[in-house]
Amino acid sequence: MKKRIQHQQLSPEQGEPVFTFRMDRRKFFKALGSGITVTFSVASSLGADLLGDLTDSKDAEDQISAWIHVGENGLVTVYTGKVEVGQNIRTSLAQIVAEEMDVHIDSVEMIMGDTNLTPYDRGTFGSRSIPFMGPQLRKAAASAREYFIDLAAEKWKTNRKAIRIENGTVFNDRNQQTIDIGKLVAGKKLIKPINNAVSTKPVEQWRIAGTSVPKKNGETFVTGKHKYVSDMKLPGMLYGKILRPPAYGATLTTVDASGARSIKDVTVVIEGNFVGVAAPTLRLASEALYAIKAEWKTTPQPSRSEIFSHLKAIAKPEDGHDKNATGNVREAFNHSALKIEQTFNIDYIAHAPLEPRAGIAQWNGEKLTVWVGTQRPFGVQQELADVFPIPKEDIRVIMPDTGSGYGGKHTGEAGIEAARLAREAKKPVKVVWSREEEFTWAYLRPAGVIEVKAGATNDGIVSAWEFHNYNSGSSGIETPYDVANKEIQFHPADSPLRQGSYRGLAATANVFARECVMNDLARAANMDPLAFRLKNLKETRMIDVLEAAAVKFGWATATPAPNHGIGIGCGDEKGSYVATCAEVAVDPDSGNVKVTRIVVAFECGAIINPNHLENQIVGSVIQGMGGALFEWIDFKDGKIVNPRFSSYRVPRFSDLPKVEAVMLNRKDIPSLGAGETPILGIAPAIRNAISHATGKNLNTLPLVPAGLNL
Amino acid sequence: MELLINKKKYSVNAHPDDQLLYVLRDELDLTGSKYGCGEGVCGACTVLIDGTAVRSCITSTGSTVGKHITTIEGVAEDGKLHRVQQAFLHVDVFQCAYCASGMTLSAVSLLEKSPKPSEQEIIRSMQGNICRCGTYPRIVKAIQEAANT
Ligand code: FES
Ligand code: FES
Repeated sequence: MKKRIQHQQLSPEQGEPVFTFRMDRRKFFKALGSGITVTFSVASSLGADLLGDLTDSKDAEDQISAWIHVGENGLVTVYTGKVEVGQNIRTSLAQIVAEEMDVHIDSVEMIMGDTNLTPYDRGTFGSRSIPFMGPQLRKAAASAREYFIDLAAEKWKTNRKAIRIENGTVFNDRNQQTIDIGKLVAGKKLIKPINNAVSTKPVEQWRIAGTSVPKKNGETFVTGKHKYVSDMKLPGMLYGKILRPPAYGATLTTVDASGARSIKDVTVVIEGNFVGVAAPTLRLASEALYAIKAEWKTTPQPSRSEIFSHLKAIAKPEDGHDKNATGNVREAFNHSALKIEQTFNIDYIAHAPLEPRAGIAQWNGEKLTVWVGTQRPFGVQQELADVFPIPKEDIRVIMPDTGSGYGGKHTGEAGIEAARLAREAKKPVKVVWSREEEFTWAYLRPAGVIEVKAGATNDGIVSAWEFHNYNSGSSGIETPYDVANKEIQFHPADSPLRQGSYRGLAATANVFARECVMNDLARAANMDPLAFRLKNLKETRMIDVLEAAAVKFGWATATPAPNHGIGIGCGDEKGSYVATCAEVAVDPDSGNVKVTRIVVAFECGAIINPNHLENQIVGSVIQGMGGALFEWIDFKDGKIVNPRFSSYRVPRFSDLPKVEAVMLNRKDIPSLGAGETPILGIAPAIRNAISHATGKNLNTLPLVPAGLNL
Repeated sequence: MELLINKKKYSVNAHPDDQLLYVLRDELDLTGSKYGCGEGVCGACTVLIDGTAVRSCITSTGSTVGKHITTIEGVAEDGKLHRVQQAFLHVDVFQCAYCASGMTLSAVSLLEKSPKPSEQEIIRSMQGNICRCGTYPRIVKAIQEAANT
C-alpha cells in the first residue's frame, strides 16, 4: 500500500490539493480480516441514527423529498450537502426555506453535509451556497408550499385561491377551517417534482429572509455543548497520532516501531511513508509515537529567502497568451505620459482555523463512517473511496459544524488517517492535528510574484495595463477598469509548499497589486485616488460601493493628522463588490503601523440576514488585516520555521481599529455569497494609506511584518 | 486525584503532570474547553481556577487539586445563562464559535474583577484570546452590554 502526497501544481482555482492513498482490493479485505465485530452504541449527543442504513437510497434530486421533509409534528427538516464553518449558512438557508414555506424559522431543522442523508454537493467554497443552494432550496420550499395548497384544496373540496398558509398552519378562508402542515402531510414523503417555474416570493414581501434571525443553535455554542469533531467520542475509541516527516518532500528510509509495538494496547500502522499509532489515551499514543525510530531522506528544497525568484524562474504562461488581450499593450505603455512598473511579492500565509483538522473513523465490517471537519464531505467520501477499495456508497462522511475553514479545509486528511488506523485497530479512532501539524501539513494560500506595467495619460485615463501573476492564481486577475490596451496572464508554477484555496483565492493578491498600482498612477497624475478610479470605471456596482465607502469615511474632507494617512481599494469577485477605506497611524520612532479606522462598503445583491452579513464583512476585514500587515509563513530547507501562534502572528483585540460596514441592499439582484469578497479591499487600502502617510510605496504582502523601516 | 469542577467532585485517573485541558476533555468529557494551540497563547482552553482565567493547556492537573475549577459547562447556573452568555447571544457574536468558550470564561473573569471595564481594559484583558473569524468588535460590544446588565 502506498501513500502519495500530491502537491497541487495547478492554480488552486483549477483543482484542490489531494492526499492520495491507494491499496488494492484483495489486500484490503485480507487486511480487514473476516471476523471483525464492531458494536455501535453511540452517545446521543452525536445525533441519532449514526450509521443509518447505508443501503437506503436517497430520493431523486428533482423531488422535493430529497431536500425537505415535513414531520407530523410540523417540524421541517431540510437536507443540504452544504456545511457550516462559521459563515452562518445554516441560518440563512433555514430563513430561505421558512420564508417560502410560510413556516416559523424555529420549526426548520437543517441536516447538512452528511453523504448518507443529503443530496450530492461539490462543496462549500467559492461563495456558492447562497447563489446556488439558496435558489435550489427556495424552489423546493415553494413547490412544497404549492403542494400543501393542492392537498388542502382537495381535502376541503374548495378552490386553491381560498387557501393560505401562515406560520405552518393552512387556512381555508371560506369557512375558517385550519390544519397544520404536519397533519396535512401526515408524515408522508414529499414525492413531488420540484417545479422549476414555481413562483417564489419577491424580495419586497420577505418577512423571514431579509431579517436578522440569530445564529441557529447559538446557545449550544456559548454553553460548550456543541460537539465539534475534535470533541466527539465513540465507545472504545482510540486516539491516533501520525509520525510526520522532518521536512517537505522527505521519504521514509528506515523505521523501527518495535518500541511502540511493545506498549500494551498500542496499534501501529506502517505503510509507505505513512506511520501512525493508535492507543486508548492521547498520552499513550504520544509515548508510542516517541518510541518509533525513523530515518528520512530529505531532498533540497527552496527556502523562503529564494521563493520569489524560484517561482518566477519556473513559472510558465498558463496557455501562452491572454485570450482577453486588447489593443497593443507594449506600444501603449511606451507612449504613455505616466508610467508605473512594479513587482509585488506575496508570501504564503496559513488559514489557521482555530479548530485544527480533526477526524473520527469507525468501521462496521466493510462499511466506513467518518466524521470530519471539511468543506467538502462528498469530496472526502471520494478520497476515502480512492484509499480503501470499497464502493463509495459504503462510505458515509458526516460533517458537524466545524471550527472554521476559510477555504483551508477542502480536504479530509485527519479523517483518512483515522480510517487507516481504525481499520487496523478494529476500533474507532480519532485523529486531531496539533497546531504545529495544522501550520505545517495543511495547505497554504499560495505565494506569488506579480509584475505590473501600467500607463496613464496626464489627465488620468489608464492607457496600458500589463499584468502577470506567477503562481498565486488567477482569481480576480481581470481588471474592472476600462483600459484600451491590456494583457493579463497567470503563470502557474510548481510550489515547494503545499498550497490551495483561500478566502477569495488569489484575488487577495491580484486585487492588492492592481489597487496599489491604481493608487500610484493616481498620485503620478496628481489626482485624488478615488476620483482617478471613478474616472476609469464603468461598472456601476463598483462605483456604488466606492462612493458609499467614501461618503461614510468622509474621504472628500478627511484631513489626516501628521504621520497619519488614508487609502482606498476596491474589488469584485463572484458577482459581489467591495470598497474599503482605511486610515493608518505610523509611529515615526518605532515604525509601528496601526490601522485606526476602516470603512468597508459591500454589495452582494439582496441581503438575507443583515446582522450575519455585517459579521462576515467585518470578520473578513479583520482577518484580512493579518495577511495585509504581518502574517507570513517562514520556511527553510523544507521546514516551516514558525508553525505556532506564538511565532505566526494573527490579528488580536489590540489590533482592532474602528470598523464600520456599509451594506448596500440591492433587492433587484439575486443574493450572492459574502464570505470571501469583503476581504479584498483591506490590504490595498492599508498599503495606500501607508503610502499617503509616509511616501513609501510598499510592494509586499505582508506589508510590515516587523514594522516599517523608516 | 480528586478535582472540584463546576462545584462537583470528580476523581480522575490522571498523572499530576497531565495538562488539565486533556483531563477535562478526554477523561471527563468536558469538551467545552477547546484546544487551539497548546502553548497558552490562543485562549481557547480558558477555564477559571478560583475565579481567575487560566489556560488549561499549560496548567498541570496536580496544581489544581483543592481549587475550584469552572469550565464553560458550569458557567450557566441552574439552567440560567450567565449575563455574558446572554449578551453574546443577544449581540449574536459568533461565526464558527470555536473560540466561544474561552471568550466567555475570559469575559466572566474580567467582569468579576472589574464590573465596569473600559474599552481599553477589555482589550487588554482579552488580548490572549484569538478569534480567527475576527468577531472581536462584537465581543467587545457584548462584554460592555453584559457589564451594563
Ligand atoms: S489551547 Fe490553551 S491557550 Fe491555546
Ligand atoms: S468565531 Fe470562529 S474563532 Fe471565533
